[in-house]
Amino acid sequence: MSPEQNSILKVSKLVKRFGGFHALDGLSFHVVPGEILGLVGPNGSGKTTAINVISGLYAPDGGEVVFDGASSGGVASHRLVHRGINRTFQVPKPFLSLTVRENIQVALAYGGATGTPPSIAELLEKYRLKEVADRPAADLNSAQQKMLDLTRALATRPRLLLLDELAAGLNPAELDWIAGRIKALAATGMAIIVVEHLMGFIEQITDRVIVLNAGKEIFEGTLATAVREPQVIEVFLGGEHAH
Amino acid sequence: MHSASKHLLFILAPLVVVFALLPGAYQNHLLLFNFVIFLILAQGVNIIYGFTGYLPFGYVGFFGAGAYGFAIMVMHLQTPAPLAVLVGGAVAVALGLLLTPLLRLSGAYFAIANLAASLAVLHFVANPALEGITKGPYGVSLTGTFNPTHAYYAAVVVMALTVGAVIYLKNSPFGLALQAVREDAVSASMAGVNIIKMRVIAWLASALVAGLAGGIYAWYVSVFYPDNVFSGEFSIFAIVFALFGGVATVTGPIVGVLILYGIYNLIGFTTPQYFQLIYGLLIMGLVLFLPAGLVSLATRRGWHVP
Repeated sequence: MSPEQNSILKVSKLVKRFGGFHALDGLSFHVVPGEILGLVGPNGSGKTTAINVISGLYAPDGGEVVFDGASSGGVASHRLVHRGINRTFQVPKPFLSLTVRENIQVALAYGGATGTPPSIAELLEKYRLKEVADRPAADLNSAQQKMLDLTRALATRPRLLLLDELAAGLNPAELDWIAGRIKALAATGMAIIVVEHLMGFIEQITDRVIVLNAGKEIFEGTLATAVREPQVIEVFLGGEHAH
Repeated sequence: MHSASKHLLFILAPLVVVFALLPGAYQNHLLLFNFVIFLILAQGVNIIYGFTGYLPFGYVGFFGAGAYGFAIMVMHLQTPAPLAVLVGGAVAVALGLLLTPLLRLSGAYFAIANLAASLAVLHFVANPALEGITKGPYGVSLTGTFNPTHAYYAAVVVMALTVGAVIYLKNSPFGLALQAVREDAVSASMAGVNIIKMRVIAWLASALVAGLAGGIYAWYVSVFYPDNVFSGEFSIFAIVFALFGGVATVTGPIVGVLILYGIYNLIGFTTPQYFQLIYGLLIMGLVLFLPAGLVSLATRRGWHVP
């Protein structure tokens, strides 16, 4: 069976417009279970928009999103969460006045996790939030808020996890640590899409990258091959470097 | 002991016992009744504002709708008072359903639209063309059901149910999810919460509470005009009491009503000439120094407030 038939998410010719601006302009790609896929591209190339459409925040204006064999474009976020999609946000959005523990409890109670829901104690321990478990989320530093955002997503037991610049702002030790965590999640069969600007981090964790420019994919393959591709060099560095 | 049972035992039970017994010990029955009505309304505001963040400046619309729902049933169908009170609650819920599109707005826009909606309902009810149904601006007189004692105990029952509902919100995943929606609707939906459903449920619950209170109020006073039961003072008082104590807690609105409405009446009896001055200063002081209400005196120190 080819990897495409095996995919848990398949995006075809996806279009998203904001007024006259085509944020996504016919984007197509797929992810298979257990794979870590990187979405890279210059600012404004449509990476976050793609994640927002896949997670149900925006309805697509054209094209198709198929998750686990069923069309999922335009379906409300909470339903997609119940089907097995979750995400983190570029700027973490915890429930500030609730405690860390309560933040996770909401997702455990409403996430519709199939099978045994993960235990709060384990999540707190694994993502280094144990010490602050009973403090309001507003007291957390930005790295901790990112981890809380991630645990909120994991509490719903997603089969597809979308990480929007999770690594930005972490120090090198934290980066190594979180890279290990993400790889461990993928090893359990979770499909993971990573949007990131830190190329070293992308290199470290992804199996494959999609390079986006102006709302379309211009390259698909490993990052090592991508950096030798003239078109990729052109969009990242400007035309004169490509030859 | 589970914290919900603690709240029931140490907050709800004493409150109900005190207000059930007070009429035997204290002569001013109307004043006690008003306390109970404001306890209900302040907790109703707590449900919608404290747990979801919508500030209902036109909250009295539900109260008035409940009062008129009661009056119409009694006048035209000779319905027994307790049943008419339930109809009053149902009318308020129906009005709440009609107004659900307002939930698309947020912050000040919601507050203003809600205020406008309550005025629209007032002028609809007070329209002389509807004299045959609502008695228009001329007011209603419901001498047939007049029974302040029964109405008072009905109010205590509704207060108990309302405080019970807030205790449920404070101790359940449902209440936690409502607060999550208030804090960040997008994140809440990514936690699997159906945000529209949650907001509508809280909105209708707070409408129901005010509608029942309005029906009981109509039962108690038996003679009233549209301007009485749609008076903006009900909205303002209920909101100020809830905020003064502190919302999203069980005790905050109770403390707010007991202290603030207590002071309100105390000044009103003793030194009415200074009434507005003292009351105004109190509220200004609260807004400036304790914007999260009296309970924040404790929560700032890291104490848990039920």
